[in-house]
Amino acid sequence: MTPDAQLELVTADGRRVSTESAPCPLEVRGLTVSYGEKPAVFSVDARFPSGSMTAIVGPNGAGKSTFLKGALGIVRCLAGEIRFFGRPFKETRRDVAYVPQRASVDWDFPARVIDVVMMGLYREVGLFRFAGSRHRARAIECLSRVGMQDFADRQIGQLSGGQQQRVFLARALAQDAELYLLDEPFAGVDAATEHAIVTVLKELKAAGKTVVCVHHDLSTVSAYFDRVMLINMRKQAEGPIAEAFTPETLQATYGGRLAASQIDELRLGSA
Amino acid sequence: MEVGAEFVQLSLAPIVIGTLAAIACALPGNFLLLRRQALIGDAISHVALPGIVVAFLVTGTIATWPMMIGAAGAAVVAVALIELIKRLGRVEPGAAMGVVFTTLFAAGVLLLEQSDTSGVHIDVEHALYGNLESLIWFDAVGWSSLADPAALAGLPPQLFRLAIVLAVIVVFLVAFWKELAISTFDPGFAQALGIRTGAVGFALVVASAIAAVAAFDAVGSIIVIAMFVCPPATARLMTDRLGRQIAWSVLFATTSAIAGYVFAGYGPLWFGSADAVSAAGMIATVAGLQLGLACMIGPRRQRTGQAAAPH
Amino acid sequence: MTTLDFFLQALTLQGGYNSALVAVGAGLLGIAGGGAGAFVFLRKRALVSDAVTHATLPGVAIAFIIMALLGGDGRWLPGLILGSAASAAIGLMAVEWISAKTRLGEDAAIGAVLSVFFGLGIVLLTVIQTMDHGKQAGLDTFLLGSTAGMLIGEAVLIAAAGAVAVALVVALRRPMTMVAFDPEYAATLGIDVRRTDLAMMGLALIVTVIGLKIVGLILIVALLIIPPVAARFWTDRVDRLILISAAIGGVSGYTGAALSAAAADMPTGPIIVLIAFAMFALSLAFSPLRGVLASALRHRRFQHRVHLRQGLLALARGEAIYDRLTLRILRRRGLIRGDGVVTQDGRGAAGRAQLDETRWTTARRLRADDPVLERYDGLTPIDRILTTDQVAHLDSLLPKPEST
Repeated sequence: MTPDAQLELVTADGRRVSTESAPCPLEVRGLTVSYGEKPAVFSVDARFPSGSMTAIVGPNGAGKSTFLKGALGIVRCLAGEIRFFGRPFKETRRDVAYVPQRASVDWDFPARVIDVVMMGLYREVGLFRFAGSRHRARAIECLSRVGMQDFADRQIGQLSGGQQQRVFLARALAQDAELYLLDEPFAGVDAATEHAIVTVLKELKAAGKTVVCVHHDLSTVSAYFDRVMLINMRKQAEGPIAEAFTPETLQATYGGRLAASQIDELRLGSA
Repeated sequence: MEVGAEFVQLSLAPIVIGTLAAIACALPGNFLLLRRQALIGDAISHVALPGIVVAFLVTGTIATWPMMIGAAGAAVVAVALIELIKRLGRVEPGAAMGVVFTTLFAAGVLLLEQSDTSGVHIDVEHALYGNLESLIWFDAVGWSSLADPAALAGLPPQLFRLAIVLAVIVVFLVAFWKELAISTFDPGFAQALGIRTGAVGFALVVASAIAAVAAFDAVGSIIVIAMFVCPPATARLMTDRLGRQIAWSVLFATTSAIAGYVFAGYGPLWFGSADAVSAAGMIATVAGLQLGLACMIGPRRQRTGQAAAPH
Repeated sequence: MTTLDFFLQALTLQGGYNSALVAVGAGLLGIAGGGAGAFVFLRKRALVSDAVTHATLPGVAIAFIIMALLGGDGRWLPGLILGSAASAAIGLMAVEWISAKTRLGEDAAIGAVLSVFFGLGIVLLTVIQTMDHGKQAGLDTFLLGSTAGMLIGEAVLIAAAGAVAVALVVALRRPMTMVAFDPEYAATLGIDVRRTDLAMMGLALIVTVIGLKIVGLILIVALLIIPPVAARFWTDRVDRLILISAAIGGVSGYTGAALSAAAADMPTGPIIVLIAFAMFALSLAFSPLRGVLASALRHRRFQHRVHLRQGLLALARGEAIYDRLTLRILRRRGLIRGDGVVTQDGRGAAGRAQLDETRWTTARRLRADDPVLERYDGLTPIDRILTTDQVAHLDSLLPKPEST
């Protein structure tokens, strides 16, 4: 892998196509993050092609969230090179939206739903300025895309878990980015929310955006995503579902924690 | 003399100064409270003493500016030390804070004892209680003095200093409102947006230190600690909106400063005693009473935000 | 006699009966503070004790006022201690009540209680000043502590109470250790976690009220916080942490009081705190377990291992390396030449790293749940974990190397 060339994509049938016009939204090389003496993520290489929808899957504590945080520079990396759209993150922040885990914030914070969504307009509003009615309208529009427009003035503490997650997604939509990085957006949400989120993510993909999700539910991987990255400290597999989401790669990632019968079921589901 | 002349001369300046000090501390206190750093105010006001002593030892005078710079410098040093111990030693924040402020305070007391400061007016009690009662407006002859430039120039200098500091803090909060709100609510998201959360947090602490030091000079450290915590905490129990919380905290800071001063000065008279009690202590006490009341009947005293059952 | 002689005399308890008693009392106080503080620290409630110590002031003042109004001596130490304990207990309950019943966090509750109780205490002190019995009452010595002019009876009382506190720490150490280590597990063993927590804060309270006279209420909290934080650098075991913490507290108290007795301008409380801090600073810097120097060295070594490994694997796979640190490490070890070309040694090392990597992958695929293989950290060679026979067996299972 060299930095200049390799602007190539491998299509589903294995053909290499050149994509000179679109640099890879996120390319990670040799990413190692360690809390203390044991690496959480070790020497991971990954590419997330433009317009793809990738699930990052692995057991608990396998470094899925850490991988995202390392790529975004939220945690310090021990080693590794990270490129967003072929450039350092500093220069491409505008094109990247990040949705942290819902549980990572205090929902008792004194703010309304609309206040949270408008945080996504931070870069647009600009330094030393306040959001105006134009920004408010944008925020409402993003809320309606996740079906939350009636909750704009609700205190965020009064929301259910699923509604909180939708607000977070609306905030990311407000950023109008090219690449969306989501950390466990489906964790602990109700079925209606899960459906709403998937719909929005597929819309994003249809609009040519790139989506990367940390995901924990193996049974929905093949229904929701077109690519997968299996990780258990090391990257175990990466690629289109058909290639990378196999009994062998799952066994390698989860080991005996996943019974062979379950794996067969997953395969049937994706077939 | 007209009616109230005595009040204007003796009490007006202390009340205004107390109120300005209370508001200056309560404003940044709102964000410290939401960041679960309410005790930073406690740490800052403990370390003002060593800062002032060192400033005195270096300059040999008790002029205001060196003292304030010394105290502010000590606050910054203390916060940096807390951060250092937290990171390098992997010590939990509360314990790191406890180590740093007790040590610096101890060092301040020791320096004070070791150096010849007997002739000058710094002592531990002064640092704790301040001297609010002594900030008299000598040039005032009555309410009319408020329109008299010559008399106004004779107002205690603490009043002007606190007014400037308050203005600086208001400007800081307004200018960096978005950054403060976002990085307080969701630091990870803020970092991904490119907000330098570390710098924002440090700026907040520096603003708090400036408020604390200006207030400390006029009213002593008890009010400073109480005002960092109590009015914002009381306000937190009144509303679910950040802007309104800050407005409430300004109101509660004002009422505790005014009521505290009045109770301290005139309360004993009602009980037939001629001597006033400590205004600084009384202001803190009133702030505590307000908080106690809000804890019992504040409309938003309960936590929200536990994930409700999905529907 | 020089100060040093005085100091040595005091250390060896020859500086007079009074200062010897004070030193012993301060030592016992330090041991009790370090012991109780260790539990408080492990329960992450270090600053709750700060609220408790500040909350003693109104109690001291009220006790003085009551005793004076009853016609007695307002300065009678046992009465003052009783009053301080009562108001500190109220302060502690207020902290718990605010953080349990309202949305405010424990930090806000602590800040509010300590400032408000302290403010109320100051108000009461100014009331005392205006009373006929007042004449400052010497109550301000409770703020910063003072051992100068301490009565023999007071010194005996403090030493005895210190001994009682140490005995309590020893008696309660088992349930408190269990609760500090794992409260949920302790509860399943039938230990009442809430009562144990209360006992722990009660112990901290006892240390506080005994320490008021020596160290003063602003600084006494240091005796509860600094020793356990310092001790934490030396051990990962709860029982040892408590012992080390108590030892650090004891040494600080004893030497601090002795030093202070030897020199006129050495206030007891600050000296004790600064000695404790000196021990903390030494621990922070030099402890081989968690000290800054040792950690920095370990981190550097670890980072080098990571980069070396990543570099070798990249060499083995023929990938280009761009990371400067990786290149520098490879170059310094003679694995690549200055111009980046792989040396003979480099090729060998890269081959071995690749082989190890393949072995690990295969082993983890085959025996993913083997606890031995759970030790996988991406760096340790597998032949250091498996026996030679196991490695040989593993090698027979390796996938055939792909032809390039």
